[in-house]
Amino acid sequence: MLRLESVTKRYPTGDMALRDIDLTVPQGQVMALIGPSGAGKSTLIRCINRLVEPTAGEIWLGDQEITRLSARSLRHMRRRIGMIFQEYALVERLTVMENVLSGQLGYVNFWQSWFRRFPQPIVDEAFRLLHRVGLPDFPDKRADALSGGQRQRVGIARALLQNPELLLVDEPTASLDPKTARQIMRLITELAHERGLAVIINIHDVPLAQQFAQRIVGLRAGEIVYDGPPDGLISEVLTDIYGEEDWSTAAEDDNAAATLPTAIEAR
Amino acid sequence: MTQASPSRRWSPPPLIRNPFQRWALILGAIVYLLLAISTLRIDVARIIQGLDRGSRMFAGFLQPDFVSRWTDIQAGILESLTMTVVATVIGVAISIPIGFGAARNVAPLPIYLFCRAWVALARTFQEVIIAILFVVMMGFGPLAGVLTLSFTTIGFLAKLLAEDIEEIDPSQVEAIRATGASWLQVMTYGVLPQVMPRLVGLTVYRFDINLRESAVVGLVGAGGIGSTLQTAFGRYEFDTAGAILLIIIGLVMVTEIASGVIRKQLQ
Amino acid sequence: MPVQTVNGVQVWQRRDRVGAFKHWLGWLVGTLIFLGCWHIISEATTWAFVWDAPQQGGQLLSRMIPPRWSYLNQLWQPLWDTLNIATLGTILSVAIALPLSFLAARNTTPHPIARAIALVVIVTSRSVNSLIWALLLVAIIGPGVLAGVLSIALRSIGFLGKLFSEAIEEIDQLPVEAITATGASEFSILTYGIVPQVLPTFAGVSVFRWDVNIRESTVLGLVGAGGIGISLSASVNGLQWSQVSVIFIAIFAMVFLSEWVSATVRKSII
Repeated sequence: MLRLESVTKRYPTGDMALRDIDLTVPQGQVMALIGPSGAGKSTLIRCINRLVEPTAGEIWLGDQEITRLSARSLRHMRRRIGMIFQEYALVERLTVMENVLSGQLGYVNFWQSWFRRFPQPIVDEAFRLLHRVGLPDFPDKRADALSGGQRQRVGIARALLQNPELLLVDEPTASLDPKTARQIMRLITELAHERGLAVIINIHDVPLAQQFAQRIVGLRAGEIVYDGPPDGLISEVLTDIYGEEDWSTAAEDDNAAATLPTAIEAR
Repeated sequence: MTQASPSRRWSPPPLIRNPFQRWALILGAIVYLLLAISTLRIDVARIIQGLDRGSRMFAGFLQPDFVSRWTDIQAGILESLTMTVVATVIGVAISIPIGFGAARNVAPLPIYLFCRAWVALARTFQEVIIAILFVVMMGFGPLAGVLTLSFTTIGFLAKLLAEDIEEIDPSQVEAIRATGASWLQVMTYGVLPQVMPRLVGLTVYRFDINLRESAVVGLVGAGGIGSTLQTAFGRYEFDTAGAILLIIIGLVMVTEIASGVIRKQLQ
Repeated sequence: MPVQTVNGVQVWQRRDRVGAFKHWLGWLVGTLIFLGCWHIISEATTWAFVWDAPQQGGQLLSRMIPPRWSYLNQLWQPLWDTLNIATLGTILSVAIALPLSFLAARNTTPHPIARAIALVVIVTSRSVNSLIWALLLVAIIGPGVLAGVLSIALRSIGFLGKLFSEAIEEIDQLPVEAITATGASEFSILTYGIVPQVLPTFAGVSVFRWDVNIRESTVLGLVGAGGIGISLSASVNGLQWSQVSVIFIAIFAMVFLSEWVSATVRKSII
């Protein structure tokens, strides 16, 4: 359903963030993208909805090519691609409901959005989604009054209100405690299965990725170095992706595993 | 200088390391001060002569006469207040689009340069000079004052608004863009909520400044209480002038306290 | 609550009914005030002149171009005076504002009455624009650079005094306590505990005010207090618009330079 063909991104500074990436994600698949910081994970998913402009290559969603779309068709394309962010990226001074409804901005005209006159079916759907993500009670709270886990739930509801075909998820758990992180991952994968969405999740936490994703893609220095099932992530592969490290403790001790990628991150 | 010496001299390190630069700077400053002071041309006889008038003026201020020109004073104050209201509203209304245009992170380069040029132009000249130009073009009266204050409001507000926009959290904007929102929707959902409190605070602050300035532009014929003051001085009615000055000080203090309270509440 | 249940359907609105009503009422009252004020301005305006303004402006512009560059030779003295007015005025006001701010700051004032007096001085100085101070001073001591220097100083005392005293009130108390604990005298506490903390702010604020004062001192001449404003006033009154444009360019250059100097100095302080 999503197909990347030799996608390359070179930043104006000269850094090669992505080299010739070929990748296909079928409908309904939850794919985790792992790799050290600076490997190009963030750049890759931002190239797909062109928050970052790819330098070369083609990106196909269904039968439409994304990289050559005009500004207007790009906005239409973005409606089909939901995105969930690392630090939640909610508009802090808007209410929960306004944040969720902002997922529909690509569908309503400017004045409708200015006066917050969203069609009633959309509002119904927003209430349903808020209920589904476990936040039925405070649509009128301001986003900056919520806890991290609650904010990420709002972020999920916002992305799903777009009624997307593809979900891009950028480090959804990086600022969450381990328990909330699991809850959020479970929620995202459940919703993806319910709706048959293709999902690409950038994630640092390897055990979490193994637990929730059907497929793992490892990225190092802008190139794919692993593409396979979660249980194929043996020590050699991890070394290939992240570099030399004693991975045996990671497999045995779940706690250490949770902190390990962060340790890599810190370097 | 031996390190073993028990009484090693210590003096604080100088601000400028290079002794030559230091002495050149000090010498230059002294020469400049002497030259500058020599241009003062203090005319003692004229000052002594003026002291007499000064004491009369002072006596006038100590016994301000609010009564005999009260209708003029009242009209002047009313005109100053209305000028302030109209100029603040018009100035802010124009400042908002220019402020957005002058923020590098949301505006394309040509628009950015255009808006920055406007801001620079509106900031260079003292409002009185602009008032003179408007008076020459529009004739005497409060409209010239309104236009002057609106113009200088742009230089102030658009610049500070643009600086604020340049410091917003980009991830919130990115999230709105990712939903497929149009440019205007990105501005109203992603940017405006983030800068709104500061925009309101700056508007209140500028109202305060405009009221002060409205007393000054009158000196060149652009209406308001300044015109009344100018007239009182022209007629050597120092008691009336004293009354007007006291009223200006009072008004400025009231609005300053009010604007301080409002701005504190916004934070 | 903005969420209501109407006929079994949950309806969401941005504001509840009272909120929406207040919101619209606020806009209505605001608009009415604006229109009322506009009406007063409009009544006091001779609209025939205003409709004529584009033509007047065009004529003005055509008379301003080309600038009479030879006039620049007569501008060096006034420009020099303008610079001196701003600089001497700033130096004078810093000299007065320094002790004043220590009287006005809550944590260094020797007595509440001294603080009250200092605050009154600051507020009075701030409330009166330098041009109005110049108007008063020219009447007393006669036209000239001195009146300009004094009016710039009188206006700046309040500005500097306010920001200085705020800086003093915001200092870190710990070093002050440490110095006090050594048994230092009041004066030593001031110079060792407080002054080092506030000195960068003081310097930055003073330079910033100097920059503002350059701009202010360009117009003081309009009421006779020296500087380039005198040339401007004479040229405007004599309808010598080609000279006015030279003056504008000179002012523009001067303001630009002073802004650059002030920005550079402030950056090097921080």
